[in-house]
Amino acid sequence: MDTLLLQIFNGLSVSSILLLIALGLAITFGLMKVINMAHGELIMIGAYVAYVTQLFFIKYVSKEFFSFYFIVAIPLAFVVSALVGLLLENVLIRFLYGRPLDSLLATWGVSLILQQLARNIFGAPNVDVVSPSWLNGGLRITAGLQLPYKRLFIIAMVVFCIAGVYFFFYHTANGRKIRAVMQNREMAACLGIPTRKVDAYTFAFGSGLAGIAGCTLSLLGSIGPSLGTYYIVDAFMVVVLGGVGRLIGTVAGALSIGILNTALEFGTTATIGKVLVFSIVIAFLQWRPLGLFAIRSRALD
Amino acid sequence: MVKKRLFKRLTPALAITLSLGLLVSGCGATGAQSQNTAPSQASGDTIKVGILHSLSGTMAISEVSVKDAELMAIDEINASGGVLGKKVVPVIEDGASDWPTFAEKAKKLLQQDKVATIFGCWTSASRKAVLPVVEENNGLLWYPVQYEGLESSKNIVYTGAEPTEQIVPAVSWLLKNRGKDFYLLGSDYVFPRTANKIIKAQLKAEGGNLVGEEYTPLGHTDYSTIINKIKAAKPKVIFNTLNGDSNVAFFKQLRDAGITSKDITVMSVSVAEEEIRGIGAENMAGDLAVWNYFQTTNTPENKAFVEKYKAKYGNKRVTDDPIEAGYFGVYLWAEAVKKAGTTDVDKVREALKTGIEYKAPEGLVKIEPENQHTWKTVRIGEVQPDGMFKEIWSSGQPIKPNPYLKGLDWAKGL
Repeated sequence: MDTLLLQIFNGLSVSSILLLIALGLAITFGLMKVINMAHGELIMIGAYVAYVTQLFFIKYVSKEFFSFYFIVAIPLAFVVSALVGLLLENVLIRFLYGRPLDSLLATWGVSLILQQLARNIFGAPNVDVVSPSWLNGGLRITAGLQLPYKRLFIIAMVVFCIAGVYFFFYHTANGRKIRAVMQNREMAACLGIPTRKVDAYTFAFGSGLAGIAGCTLSLLGSIGPSLGTYYIVDAFMVVVLGGVGRLIGTVAGALSIGILNTALEFGTTATIGKVLVFSIVIAFLQWRPLGLFAIRSRALD
Repeated sequence: MVKKRLFKRLTPALAITLSLGLLVSGCGATGAQSQNTAPSQASGDTIKVGILHSLSGTMAISEVSVKDAELMAIDEINASGGVLGKKVVPVIEDGASDWPTFAEKAKKLLQQDKVATIFGCWTSASRKAVLPVVEENNGLLWYPVQYEGLESSKNIVYTGAEPTEQIVPAVSWLLKNRGKDFYLLGSDYVFPRTANKIIKAQLKAEGGNLVGEEYTPLGHTDYSTIINKIKAAKPKVIFNTLNGDSNVAFFKQLRDAGITSKDITVMSVSVAEEEIRGIGAENMAGDLAVWNYFQTTNTPENKAFVEKYKAKYGNKRVTDDPIEAGYFGVYLWAEAVKKAGTTDVDKVREALKTGIEYKAPEGLVKIEPENQHTWKTVRIGEVQPDGMFKEIWSSGQPIKPNPYLKGLDWAKGL
């Protein structure tokens, strides 16, 4: 019984991680149609921000406040990744709108450059981020069932991010502008919305979300220059399965892949589980090429 | 028409990638050249040697330091007059954690740079990729990492442990001291799979009990499901053959699931001091690892070695088994070349047959003429809160290498 419950929890936990890494991509790829291969490296930047914040706290802040470094690191990661995203959009991506193949290759190049940059700055070996003490251990429900605080925290973090994104898009003037530009650029421009500015800020927002994901992932695994490469494929798979352009689709995609993956991994092995997940996703996309939630649009494109 | 348009759209993208590629490879080349202190022409007074490790990718966490140790040994040898009166010049290549790249770079080192020997590789997959290249070109590879055995190439000198110098004594010790129920967890490639084949045969012969076996791809980061399976299987020992970054994720998540070293002993064979820095000592304290050398190993040679390494690369750096094996490998090669009077691979191999020895930081090591493996002392260590090992068992003396496990009845079918 404990095993089954824990397995259900693991499914949710893996889903939440997938959702966190895919959320930024759901905006840059889903809404803006930019195939951003450097998304993984924006995640990596967020993770290194956590590392640098930790170093700063060790050096300049008294010990009793050390555990709070993580609270500082999360918004900081958002800001730093968003700034990198803004820069990337300004010098490269904006020339490549509407050219998905070119943006694929160019951003892949950017991802290589960012990886090498991280290697030069922080060194090739992985670095260790000490998790804040209040996230160590877990919530003990029965003798054999313990839910790690870190995973509960990640789930809470995702719920917070989704709520934030939803509020931003549907209940603020800026969100409305973004949706207007993405749905009908010419019309939006005619109505006086500065589309260039909106593009830049949207891309930065998506990048910032990747930063939060990276910062949060430092709780679970290692931080290294190649961190992003482990997550980029999963992130794209979630967005494509969910249906490009729909937030709810990304949530559904993450949930189905996460739960399917843990269930299959439990029944078989890690390698076979992954193979089965990929096969099922491919088969599903053959049947419904637009994913779980397709946009019904009257646009002729 | 459509095709043509697509091509038109692709051209600038291609141009961008190509130029990026050039940029990246350009950076790599300048990086390697800056390491070369002498001009790279094969002139009369230098000997070129290749260094081939993953300086990027998932294995960089481990291999970069081995490269550093090998360079340190080369510097020391040069400072004391070089080999045969000639200066040793390293040519550094990045295998990039990618096995075909290793083969390609080995070929480049042997055919283009015409190096006298290569120090390199970490994973067995990379060694297996380089093996046909060194055999074809009659090169000599010095391989510094413990591995799964069942191999003996005349073109490879193995300065790391084979199973009877690491895994087999560790399994016997665990059965005697920690319990009979084993869970095998490893990365999905040749070393963990072969090592586990050996462990399974040994468990059967020595009364152990296999309760689970699991492999994950290199770079895997989510171990929640596997930890759940481990909980359900209730082993006494987890025998961990994970490699690279996965170890970090596994140990962090194991502790978060509420499993401590008191509940289940984790015995690792690919986690040394260098990896513990990335995992975090607090996540591994109390767990075990089996090696032939620890930074804390108590010999005068080791004291000097650790001091020199820290002086050269910084006080925060640590030494570990493969670093040490990479280091003394360079010295063993220099000894063999001195004895042969030439760097010619066939002559050096003849010299190796006479039994070359060296007082390494781990104690006396010598090359076994029969299989070009190294006599080594086995040590089991417990991880301390400061990330160092405390030796809790040792074989006391160097063990004769036996890569094909000859004379062990249970190993006959392998």
